[in-house]
Amino acid sequence: MKKYFSLPSLAAQLLLLVIVTVWVLPTFGLFVSSFRVKEQLTTSGWWTAMSTQTRADMRRTGGSQSVALEGEKFVISGRLFGPEANVKLKSFSLKSSAPSQFPVGTKVEIADGQVFDEADGQPDGTLLVNEDSSYRLELNNPYDKDRGVRIFYVAESPPVFVAKNYAQVIASEGVGQAFLNTFKVTIPATFIPILIAAFAAYAFSWMNFPGRKWLFIVVVGLLVVPLQMSLIPLLRLYNQLGGVFGIESKSYLGVWLAHSAFGLPLAIYLLRNYIAALPRDIIESARMDGASHFQIFTRIVLPLSLPALASFAIFQFLWVWNDFLIALVFLGKAPENIVLTIKLNDLLGSRGESWEILTASAFVSIAVPVAVFFSLQRFFVRGLLSGSVKGG
Amino acid sequence: MTDQILQTLTAVLVSILFCLLYFAGSNFLIDKIIDLPIANKNKLERIRSGVRPWLFLAPAFLLLGTYLLYPLLETFRLSFYDSTGDVFVGWANYKWVLEDQNFLITIRNNFLWLLVVPACATALGLIVAVLADRVWWGGFAKSMVFMPMAISFVGASVIWKFVYDFQGPQADQIGILNAMVMGLGLQPQAWVTLPFWNNFFLMAILIWIQTGFAMVILSAALRGVPTETIEAARIDGASELQIFFEIMVPQIMSTVLVVWTTITITVLKVFDIVMAMTGGQWDTSVLANLMYDWMFRGGGDYGRSSTLAMILMFAVVPVMAFNIRRFRTEEAQR
Repeated sequence: MKKYFSLPSLAAQLLLLVIVTVWVLPTFGLFVSSFRVKEQLTTSGWWTAMSTQTRADMRRTGGSQSVALEGEKFVISGRLFGPEANVKLKSFSLKSSAPSQFPVGTKVEIADGQVFDEADGQPDGTLLVNEDSSYRLELNNPYDKDRGVRIFYVAESPPVFVAKNYAQVIASEGVGQAFLNTFKVTIPATFIPILIAAFAAYAFSWMNFPGRKWLFIVVVGLLVVPLQMSLIPLLRLYNQLGGVFGIESKSYLGVWLAHSAFGLPLAIYLLRNYIAALPRDIIESARMDGASHFQIFTRIVLPLSLPALASFAIFQFLWVWNDFLIALVFLGKAPENIVLTIKLNDLLGSRGESWEILTASAFVSIAVPVAVFFSLQRFFVRGLLSGSVKGG
Repeated sequence: MTDQILQTLTAVLVSILFCLLYFAGSNFLIDKIIDLPIANKNKLERIRSGVRPWLFLAPAFLLLGTYLLYPLLETFRLSFYDSTGDVFVGWANYKWVLEDQNFLITIRNNFLWLLVVPACATALGLIVAVLADRVWWGGFAKSMVFMPMAISFVGASVIWKFVYDFQGPQADQIGILNAMVMGLGLQPQAWVTLPFWNNFFLMAILIWIQTGFAMVILSAALRGVPTETIEAARIDGASELQIFFEIMVPQIMSTVLVVWTTITITVLKVFDIVMAMTGGQWDTSVLANLMYDWMFRGGGDYGRSSTLAMILMFAVVPVMAFNIRRFRTEEAQR
């Protein structure tokens, strides 16, 4: 009997809750952040995303080019924020030390020397700032500086969630292109090794040939060979082949074959474990009836092995989609070749502080594998359990 | 865009057709055309059944040979040659490695990773596996801990870089770690550049990813522990902790070892996380990164990068031997 409300059980629940929270929060924080506008994202933590933000800051009015002459007055008017910013001003001032000096909506007199350096004994003018951030600065003398007058304010911005970060990264940062490239790498690299491995696995399970045991031990050994071992010789080989045949050494075909080959040891291992465990009776009675190995394989073994094939396909899909090194070495960074992981790494370098870009890009790149993972978790777990050693 | 989709589909179709054509075609060939005028029918059948397995195996071993076996030998050879790969230099590259300051830091980091990550991931995975079986929302908890397995190392690096974000000593923090540190009244830090300790902040990312793997495997192993033994121990008055340490853990010890070695392999090859988080700066480099650096630095140094790859390979050999031994005992029991 399981007891859910005993003291040890409560302690267990609490501990598990803490662990799960630590595991989920980082991803959740990134997800929330990817929908926040840049102004809020870079100034406040994502955990405050639901609350209204109050903060003090400074913006400038228009400069000399936006001065309009109205009667005796030199007027600069406009808005501190665009209408879409959804910011509410609470108070304003011309002094950085007291941004909450005047409530919005009041017209205040600007003391002498505040805007213009020379003192003439008269106030410099008046300033009105409204809640919607529109302002009207009326000056008594011509204003000739390019940069406008500094207005300090306290503003409240209610939570805003938008999808424009996603629109931006997909359209103008090249993440959309990288997304398609990743598909182009992943799909063939998932399918190519399956048939090849299935045939080999069948031979290892049900055919007799000299050296069968030792060849399979080679496959088991190859499971853990670091792919760093292969990079230099393959890079040289690709360059030579490219030179001889006059083709680009960085090509999709090259990366498909590389991924297929690196996935093969696991594929053969997983499928062989599965196919060798199929009931001996079925295969032997088919042999008795005169079926050839090829017929047995295509008509009996392949349909029966579908769950194992699915397990491997998911593995390979996730592995290729998430791969960074092979794509970096064999496909490179050209816009028509770059995959999401490399794109993301480049953005980390070039846009390291632009979290609105990074969070949205990261989510574009992890959305597909996470969706595949959750919808096909059953097969994935089964694959893990039947061959828990992954090389490559 | 339609162009790309078309190319992808074509590649899939062509490759599948090519495979089918090869397998079906070669089988057809040996069945029909090699009808050699040999009087003895049995002898012909023997030749066929001798050749057929190799037809089934050929494509796989062609790929494995080109992409894994040949490079293995070639990298070994290149590690005794100079940067261009043309002049034999004997042990010079291996001597250089032992004196290179960067390498010593790198190998220290690798040892730290090897000590910390498999241990933490396995222990945490075991804890979650045990706890999740005792609560009604265990399935959900497992899914959540398992989820990072689907995320790329680079994606995970972005996620954690955001956690570690540092906005300067006085500013409001947007990284949750620094916000919590400030909440406790301590100084916020630029975690990723903190000498020595930054390694551990990078390791946390891999632990975060690998714990789910350990949990799934160990959870299945725990379910294999016979309930009678546990019930009997409970009736004899054993506490839950005693049952865990004295009955469950010994029974799943071999699985723990498998999980441990599998994570060890992943740790040895770790590259993406360091590349994305620090690029190997601030003394966080690991073997795979150093090897990659030398592969492209100054037009590429084939000798030194091959040597570094070989060192990685030597480190993997014990695990390889362990796996092969385990495989052979399993086969013997079949």
